[in-house]
Amino acid sequence: MLQLAGKRLVQMALIMLTVSLLLFLAFEADKYSLAGKVLGQYSTEDQRLLWLEQNGYNAPFVQRYFTWVFNAARGDFGESVQFATPVSKLLKDHLLNTAVLGGLVFTITVSIALVLGVLSGIAEGSPRDRGITVLAVITTSIPEFASATILVAIFVFWLDILPGTSPFSNGLTWADANQLVLPVMVLVIYNFGYYTRMTRASMAEVMTSQYVRTAILKGLPYKRVILRHGLRNALIAPFTVMILQLNYLLSGVIVTEVFFSYKGFGKLLYEAALFGDIFVIEACAMVAVFIAVFSQFVSDIGYTLLNPRIRFS
Amino acid sequence: MTDTTAEQTDTPDTATGFARFLAAFGLLRESWVGMIGLFLVSFWVLIAIFVDLLPLQDPLAQTRGAINLAMLTEDKTGVMHWMGTDDRGRDLLARLLHGSRVVLFWSTLATIVAYSVGMIMGVTAGYRGGWWDEIISFIGNVLLSFPQIVLLLVILTAFGPNSNIGVWMNTELGMDKSIVSGALIIVAITFSTAPQVARIVRGIVLDLKTRDYIAAAEVRGEGPLWIMLVELLPNARGPLIVDACLRLGYVIITIALLGFLSLGLPPPDPDWGKMISDGRQWGYNGLNMMLWPAIAISSLVLGLNLLADGLREISLRD
Repeated sequence: MLQLAGKRLVQMALIMLTVSLLLFLAFEADKYSLAGKVLGQYSTEDQRLLWLEQNGYNAPFVQRYFTWVFNAARGDFGESVQFATPVSKLLKDHLLNTAVLGGLVFTITVSIALVLGVLSGIAEGSPRDRGITVLAVITTSIPEFASATILVAIFVFWLDILPGTSPFSNGLTWADANQLVLPVMVLVIYNFGYYTRMTRASMAEVMTSQYVRTAILKGLPYKRVILRHGLRNALIAPFTVMILQLNYLLSGVIVTEVFFSYKGFGKLLYEAALFGDIFVIEACAMVAVFIAVFSQFVSDIGYTLLNPRIRFS
Repeated sequence: MTDTTAEQTDTPDTATGFARFLAAFGLLRESWVGMIGLFLVSFWVLIAIFVDLLPLQDPLAQTRGAINLAMLTEDKTGVMHWMGTDDRGRDLLARLLHGSRVVLFWSTLATIVAYSVGMIMGVTAGYRGGWWDEIISFIGNVLLSFPQIVLLLVILTAFGPNSNIGVWMNTELGMDKSIVSGALIIVAITFSTAPQVARIVRGIVLDLKTRDYIAAAEVRGEGPLWIMLVELLPNARGPLIVDACLRLGYVIITIALLGFLSLGLPPPDPDWGKMISDGRQWGYNGLNMMLWPAIAISSLVLGLNLLADGLREISLRD
């Protein structure tokens, strides 16, 4: 167990290091172009050279890279060109907003997916199962920005009951909670299908197993067979997949935040990318990769802890 | 003796490959989900091919004074706009249907490139194993640890059409601006998609590698290239065709998404994602302009996903 965790941690560190090197190469290998991006395209040659000198960019590449990595590990990503504030402060505020959105979406999606997945998995091949599967395929086919458009048309322009943007100008308060409804709805609709199909597949497999047959044959109530024998075993695989899917969820969150102008991590990254705010892009990419790698770590360890066949071997 | 039997089992497979492919589509009739998918996909493919023959307005022509018209309205010159017009007075129906060509062309090309790269990575990693497998898997893990959009944003900011490379391709190589964008988008999509394909192919190859016909081919003295191209890949095609359908759907979403994020193909060519983001700036008046492309892209991707579902259902049956 500890050995596995240690091995995974080393892999994690290796991936983070590689990603940091790639990002550094992509954005800071050409220091003259970097100076141009930071100081703006109308800066003079002398200004750029002076900036490079003052900020230690004339040091050898390897030294620059390691300084950057050490600073990044301490949470110091430099200063945003666009907002003239430390990147770490920007990141903290925006990440918190994204955590609220993502957490809500994840909770709701998982709840819906578990119910639908179990309902369809225990009756494989039935009309109910086919219906749920087709529903899952349909909702997964509509990309977030398209479903957002359709939902805005319905709830904002036609029914006029929800706001069409979510800027949260007064901060995240209960009074403005209705601004969260549409973004959450968009993300849940796009994501629940995949989770449902995972749960369904796992449940269907468990239902054909020997121990479920034994439980049914020895006369246990059907509900108890499903909840105690079926579900507990069926949840192991979807659990790991759902955690792994955080990576994809984050992709969707970025699009949705841009669509609804929600001040989250995704909007920060997107605006930085359009503006060419290099340090913010680097920081956001590192954070995103860290979330992905860390969730993979959690999923691996969780799988081992949940699955008695692995835990005790 | 072993030699001939191995040959015999191989030949009918390749000789009737196309016929069997058609037969598979015949089987699709049994799955109504698959048929709906096939219908939606064929609809858009036919539109994309024959859009020039349809009696449509010029998708780039701007009509003065006919901005953001609602659907089924005529402009001052008496021209009917079935779906209305966009914020520059261009006919939406024409733009939508011409947009299918743009979307399908670039997404098919990107999928083919990404799939080829992914298959080469996966089949060599799976068949060769050892350090090569380690390297390929590590590259895959690194690229897959980025959420897809983050990877695309990073690649297109660092090496996009406005970066040194993009400008160099445009000025020095004399490539058209939309071709530069398209090519860079294909590269970015390959980076984010090929590792996923490689992972699937590798898994299948690891399983197929232990089969007798691979051992027979090795004993026969076939080279690794022959075994990978002739023995392994054709036999892996079942799950790969289903996956390619799904993958094309994702690539279509991705390309439209890049258009929506204004990182896609440059204007004025119609691009469904860009049409949505253009309409978004107009609030209620832009609603018409956003809804049609949203429906179009959803129906195309839905078609591909239903088709993949139908194909999977049939392949599981026999």
